[in-house]
Amino acid sequence: MLMETAKPVPGAPTKAAAPAPAFDLVAALKSAAFSAIVTLGLGFPLLAYDTHPDISNALIVVPRWSWAIVAAVVVFAGRFLGLLLNARPRAAKRPQQLRVPSRGETLLKANLVWFALAALVAFPIVMLGLLGSGGSLKWINNYGIQILIYVMLGWGLNIVVGLAGLLDLGYVAFYAVGAYSYALLSTTYGLSFWICLPLAGILAAFWGMILGFPVLRLRGDYLAIVTLAFGEIIRIVLINWTDLTNGYAGIASIPRATFFGVPFVDDEGGFSRLFGIEYSPIQRTIFLFYVILALALLTNFVTLRLRRLPVGRAWEALREDEIACRSLGINTVNTKLTAFALGAMFGGFAGSFFAVRQGFVSPESFTFIESATILAIVVLGGMGSQIGVAIAATVLIGGTELLRELDFLKRIFGEGFDPVQYRMLIFGGGMVLMMIWRPRGIIATRQPSIFLKQRKAISSDMVKEGHG
Amino acid sequence: MTLLTEAAPARAAAPGREGAGKPMLSIRGVQTYYGKICALKGIDLDVNQGEIVTLIGANGAGKSTLMMTIFGNPRAREGSITYEGRDITQMATHEIARLEIAQSPEGRRIFPRMTVYENLQMGAAINKFAYFDQDLERAFTIFPRLKERAQQRGGTLSGGEQQMLAIARALMSRPRLLLLDEPSLGLAPLIVKQIFDVIRDLNKTEGLTVFLVEQNAFHALKLADRGYVMVNGLVTMSGSGQELLSRPEVRAAYLEGGH
Repeated sequence: MLMETAKPVPGAPTKAAAPAPAFDLVAALKSAAFSAIVTLGLGFPLLAYDTHPDISNALIVVPRWSWAIVAAVVVFAGRFLGLLLNARPRAAKRPQQLRVPSRGETLLKANLVWFALAALVAFPIVMLGLLGSGGSLKWINNYGIQILIYVMLGWGLNIVVGLAGLLDLGYVAFYAVGAYSYALLSTTYGLSFWICLPLAGILAAFWGMILGFPVLRLRGDYLAIVTLAFGEIIRIVLINWTDLTNGYAGIASIPRATFFGVPFVDDEGGFSRLFGIEYSPIQRTIFLFYVILALALLTNFVTLRLRRLPVGRAWEALREDEIACRSLGINTVNTKLTAFALGAMFGGFAGSFFAVRQGFVSPESFTFIESATILAIVVLGGMGSQIGVAIAATVLIGGTELLRELDFLKRIFGEGFDPVQYRMLIFGGGMVLMMIWRPRGIIATRQPSIFLKQRKAISSDMVKEGHG
Repeated sequence: MTLLTEAAPARAAAPGREGAGKPMLSIRGVQTYYGKICALKGIDLDVNQGEIVTLIGANGAGKSTLMMTIFGNPRAREGSITYEGRDITQMATHEIARLEIAQSPEGRRIFPRMTVYENLQMGAAINKFAYFDQDLERAFTIFPRLKERAQQRGGTLSGGEQQMLAIARALMSRPRLLLLDEPSLGLAPLIVKQIFDVIRDLNKTEGLTVFLVEQNAFHALKLADRGYVMVNGLVTMSGSGQELLSRPEVRAAYLEGGH
């Protein structure tokens, strides 16, 4: 009741309570009408005409004004209701009581990471038990492995973008280098996956340094453009260097994953015979799941360790202020190059895994949209936050897969409706909403990497406000 | 009173580390350009061991440019900068920092998203955290406020606290020469006094050599052993702090009206 602090006018009745802000009907109607007009204007080219080619491939334009009008009405009503609801006085925020968390809750919170890890390890087994070998394949492969690849890529890029603050739009290049390294080394020299994996990582790290050198002096937008170009260069080289890479056709029949040399075949000396279990193709998939889980956890572990070491803190300081870094005696050249190299290395690992999983690589898999997706995962997750990146990857990649499942929508919108086609629309809408409500990503709080004496419960709340 | 001319010959005979009065940093004929614009037009300046030297001048005189040029960013196009007999003109910034020169740059430039503690840790990165615990204790003794704020993000500190942090961070590297760029900028008079007291104490008790760039001419000249006045990229006057304070030109340009 701020109003009462004003000087009371003698004679005037003192108000018992501040009046609810009056709802201005006319203004709300005006605003809603304006929104509707904008919608009509936009809808005129987008909705009011349906265009499609006929049998002779000529363009047919079918007017469908009702669509634009319905959209305008929906926007009008939505805007009006929004204003109406906003004008209602909100219930005063109750003073937050210090709630003492129960013992179970504390235990869960303290060990959340371990519970999540246990759940991940158990995931394929549980799925296999619940759905059988046929039904669980989709869940382990399309959801489990696919999401974990992007979690790993996100964590790799997080070193470059989230920690060191170097905006990299061409991260997919290192993914491609890793994938082609394994594809070429295994098909040409017959090297096994476990030998190729470190080689692919080293090669990708090497390319990371190659990219790093020319862009040392660049920051922000300029860096983004150059890395974008770098990503495209790698892809175009892969397309045109047909002698080595077989161009668009890609490299097929890449040796599949083996259980440390034991192939997953229904044969003498195969994995199933060795362990005396019945052969099932899902065994390889489950093995791949554990491989990518281990690789992703390695990425996370290395990143978390490095954050506590001088080099990791130098990355973060570099992101904050490059000039201050240099005047504190930090070699920014080395710092940037290690960030590029390490980020690229994990991209290379992931690429090499991608190749062994697919058994086929082609330049099609390494387009700019991949870079954009990985970057979106990092940005949406909250730059520098490992858990945020994992959540964002799950939502983004899992969400895309989930759209394939929404068959019931066909019953509502008709047979021709394919929810997957709306992926980008939903993706864009989600981005806009994130920008409004969580502009710094899902997990915006940066955890300090060191503590004075011990981790105080209060500290993370205190640092939440203000910049950053 | 130490004048420019006295310092010059001593430079030739390789100066020892101990003993006050020997030139630590000598700047000779330094010219710095931003593209085609000449910001420093040939600066001669000396900082002797154990001194507090201040450089005053109006906005855009080139004070901060000189400060940054000493650190090699931007580099001097002409002239030479010698630190303890060693030519550092062409050295990389981070290598200059490793010669036990520390800088609290203009605009503080603390790391806003990192905690106070982490900021201080970055300052100690040069000597591989060898004396970190000791130095941390010292920093907290000098600036008790920072201890209260140790777990807070740099960006959430007030302006004065950020300035304290910038100085404390610079001290964490155990410098023998401290370059301070406008530590009083935008601060309340009481905090300015506090910070200047700290500088004086460090100079008295630990023999820290200080090169101070200031707009706050009155306080800076009172604090300093010697001072230089800079106008449009040139040093126009030099002398002891007291002497400069009494000069009518200095009074007219930098003191009267302002204080």
